[in-house]
Amino acid sequence: MAMLEVKGLSISFGGLRAVDGFDLTIEEGMLYGLIGPNGAGKTTVFNLLTGVYKPDEGIVRLDGKDITGKSIVEINKGGIARTFQNIRLFKELSVLDNVKAGLHNHNTYSTIEGIFRLPKYYRVEKEMNSRAMEILKVFDLDAEADILASNLPYGKQRKLEIARAIATEPKLLLLDEPAAGMNPNETGELMDTIRFVREKFGMTILLIEHDMKLVSGICEELTVLNFGQVLTQGKTEEVLNNPAVITAYLGE
Amino acid sequence: MKMNILKTMNKTTKSNTITYLLVAVVYLVVQLLVTTGNISSLMKGLLVPLCVYVIAAISLNLVVGISGELSLGHAGFMCVGAYASAFFSVLVGDALPEMLRFILAILIGAGVAAIFGILIGIPVLKLRGDYLAIVTLAFGEIIKNLMNVMYVGRDADGLHFSVTDTASLNMAPDGEVIIKGALGITGTPKNSTFTIGVILILIALFIILNLIHSRSGRAIMAIRDNRIAAESVGINITKYKLMAFSISAALAGVAGVLYAHNLSTLTVKKFDYNTSILILVFVVLGGIGNIRGSMIAAVILTVLPEVLRGLSDYRMLIYAIVLIAMMLFNWAPSAINWRAKIKAKIKNRNMKEAE
Repeated sequence: MAMLEVKGLSISFGGLRAVDGFDLTIEEGMLYGLIGPNGAGKTTVFNLLTGVYKPDEGIVRLDGKDITGKSIVEINKGGIARTFQNIRLFKELSVLDNVKAGLHNHNTYSTIEGIFRLPKYYRVEKEMNSRAMEILKVFDLDAEADILASNLPYGKQRKLEIARAIATEPKLLLLDEPAAGMNPNETGELMDTIRFVREKFGMTILLIEHDMKLVSGICEELTVLNFGQVLTQGKTEEVLNNPAVITAYLGE
Repeated sequence: MKMNILKTMNKTTKSNTITYLLVAVVYLVVQLLVTTGNISSLMKGLLVPLCVYVIAAISLNLVVGISGELSLGHAGFMCVGAYASAFFSVLVGDALPEMLRFILAILIGAGVAAIFGILIGIPVLKLRGDYLAIVTLAFGEIIKNLMNVMYVGRDADGLHFSVTDTASLNMAPDGEVIIKGALGITGTPKNSTFTIGVILILIALFIILNLIHSRSGRAIMAIRDNRIAAESVGINITKYKLMAFSISAALAGVAGVLYAHNLSTLTVKKFDYNTSILILVFVVLGGIGNIRGSMIAAVILTVLPEVLRGLSDYRMLIYAIVLIAMMLFNWAPSAINWRAKIKAKIKNRNMKEAE
């Protein structure tokens, strides 16, 4: 069964059909890319998949379950986590606490147990700390665990956002332009990390990216979006050599 | 790796311990001054109100600093707590032992204020920023004005309510009016003492500090820092916003209970817009999100006008100037830089001397 199955997804803002009849099937464990010119509707697709927007039409199934129109929180609990194009960290929290916030629904104790420092508080906090440090280590952020997230350099902030998303233990991870603003070295490093994350955490990954080196380097399949509609879908090499795709990017 | 976790834990535990110790030390010093008779009666009368303002300030900081919402109706929650508890205390009278009655009054004040916090919070927390501030401001005024026209009496038939006057309560001749509109509640037992006030401060601190450094506190602060990101990691926004708001309201209610049981007559005059703003000033001056800071600011700004009383007409002028000066010294970017420089200089000199 496909991990993600999207059929006929559409949404309009005012008179503009931002996403129009979008179909997508991603098999489990796949590294999938969503590309397209600026304004094609890629981030809107992410917002539809994660419940930020409710679709006008269409169905979204995650691992066989219908999640269409559910709230952001329900969809995250259902197994989709994401990062954002413009980084959205918990700036005034420490790096460690950012990841621990991601563990919110996995290591739980009640507010009363927290206020009165009952035994469960200490036990679960300890579990959370070691789990969060484990995740931070994957992203080489463990040395910065104590500093405020806003004090991290840009590249590390992007990594921390991925770490926080992974903490929610998603089946499907959505990355919105993970390499934006990174230099070629950092992008290379990021590609290794993304591959490693897929192996280690057994996740299916869907990413939006403009960096063609990253896309052709790690994505197995691609969907190209143009003016809210699917231009073409298929194996990365075939798609990137498709004349229609080249036209969409470079113009006639 | 383990060392890192230990370090962060120690840091927060250390900071919390300093806060508790600060309260304990101030308490002991004041008690010493009182027993040796080195404190003016004016200051003595100020001790319980100080506790009231400290509790109000730290509870408001939970909303403003930790939850990141601007509330201008905090005096409204104090008012609710004060009236509910004073009503209870007068109603029960001597039927219960004094201490038990006061403890119950505190719980009732906190509980009723919390309920109001939830009732107001459900619709209001859908708003943000300036809009929330205006609506909470309106809430505070509504509560004040409602209490100002509220009449409640008791006779053999039970309780009677009215919002016009005593006569319309339709009570039996032996009935007793408990809440008398603008005259408020009279005959509240004077149970509040400085010691109880300090104990309540410690309890409020315990609740707030432990909440902040727990899973729920993290969720509240995550929502403050980025709402959409918090939702995207599965944090229920409404639940945690409401939690912060209602805990804050409950603690403001406790401040109200302390206030009500410090005076034999309770009226709504004190619970107006000015008080809400005053509490907000404590929070802003002490540092938004800085619990210890709001306690210190509350103490300084409550004591200051009394100390300046001798200056009569110039009192509020000097108070205002001191307030501006403190605000600039604490929070102007250039002042912060200057303080950092001085600190570094002192550190360097100490190191040189050590060599």
